[in-house]
Amino acid sequence: MNPVVDKVAKWREEDKKVAMATVVKVERSGPLGPGTSMAVSEDGQVAGSVSGGCVEPAVYEEAMEAIESGRPKLLTYGISDDEAFGVGLTCGGIVHIFVERVDW
Amino acid sequence: MVVSILERWHAALVGQSPVAIATVIQGPGTGGKVLVSPEDHVGSAGNEDLDRAIIEGARAMLEGGKTGTAHYGPRGQRRMEDVAVFIQSFAPPPKMYVFGAIDFASAVARIGKFMGYRVTVCDARAVFATRDRFPSADEIVVAWPDEFLKTAEVDKRTVICVLTHDPKFDVPVLKAALETPAGYIGAMGSRRTHDNRTARLKEEGITDEELARISSPVGLDIGSRTPEETAVAIAGEIIAQRTGHSGGRLAERSGPIHAQEPDTATSPDARDAERSAAEAAVRER
Repeated sequence: MNPVVDKVAKWREEDKKVAMATVVKVERSGPLGPGTSMAVSEDGQVAGSVSGGCVEPAVYEEAMEAIESGRPKLLTYGISDDEAFGVGLTCGGIVHIFVERVDW
Repeated sequence: MVVSILERWHAALVGQSPVAIATVIQGPGTGGKVLVSPEDHVGSAGNEDLDRAIIEGARAMLEGGKTGTAHYGPRGQRRMEDVAVFIQSFAPPPKMYVFGAIDFASAVARIGKFMGYRVTVCDARAVFATRDRFPSADEIVVAWPDEFLKTAEVDKRTVICVLTHDPKFDVPVLKAALETPAGYIGAMGSRRTHDNRTARLKEEGITDEELARISSPVGLDIGSRTPEETAVAIAGEIIAQRTGHSGGRLAERSGPIHAQEPDTATSPDARDAERSAAEAAVRER
């Protein structure tokens, strides 16, 4: 059983708004492959992850925004070179993440 | 009541039936979603032509258990890039068959479950093949291993571990295993058991090419002693065999850790060889 889909189904049954973020492409090195997903509920619960913890906080914010707006979004995160506090992956990879509200 | 894509998806995962989820991630209709099963589909990506192309593509990917992005024209045309569709396959868990209900089998069954396999333990001896001894196995079968394997479901993702190390059981079950498309066939035993077993298999008409499919003695060379350590060595070999990696230490290698195509990866050895060849070519110039 996929624990993320399980959680999403449960939250939707409770009539909570939910967004899902799914890794759709990984370039160079990356910890988790395409298909890995993270779900966020409107009351701030999180299931699953999309990286080794590097981009989850940013994806969480995007997911919350998608819950509000209903607009899907394709995000790209790369290396966090010179921006000391920027969002990125320390492993040198680039991940593409699709964020969408679960209204299907 | 209309069943949503989410409900169908969840039910398929719970019931372990194959399903693919196709999502338009770029281009017109972004956010469109189609659930595709071998029999039917739910949802739409925007228009019937595009749906038809996506359903066909998703079924092909589902059959191979593949996940990735496909591109189409706005009305499903091939060789066009307007619409990017992410297709995710959810195939039922691969199967692991463990023969020989010994302590090593218990550890292998546990690590098999940990890796996501559906584990079946089989032994002809009813006193050993018990639920008490194999609490983590999905199924425990009391039968002659070769007879059971001939009726069992085996595909390319299937793992077969023969741990009986008794030629009386080993030889027939390995012969039966070689007739399947199993992705991994491992046989436990000392060097002496291995030599004896190999000789018997050859006597039975097994060719060298067929013998090469059997990982024997089973496992990576990590100095395992206990059943648990041995199970780790076997698990490591199962993964390495699937990905085409050799199982050495990453600390002693260079190059990327993850391959781009996990299941059709170039092995680190091949990569190292390619790199040295390229460096040699540069030096010659």
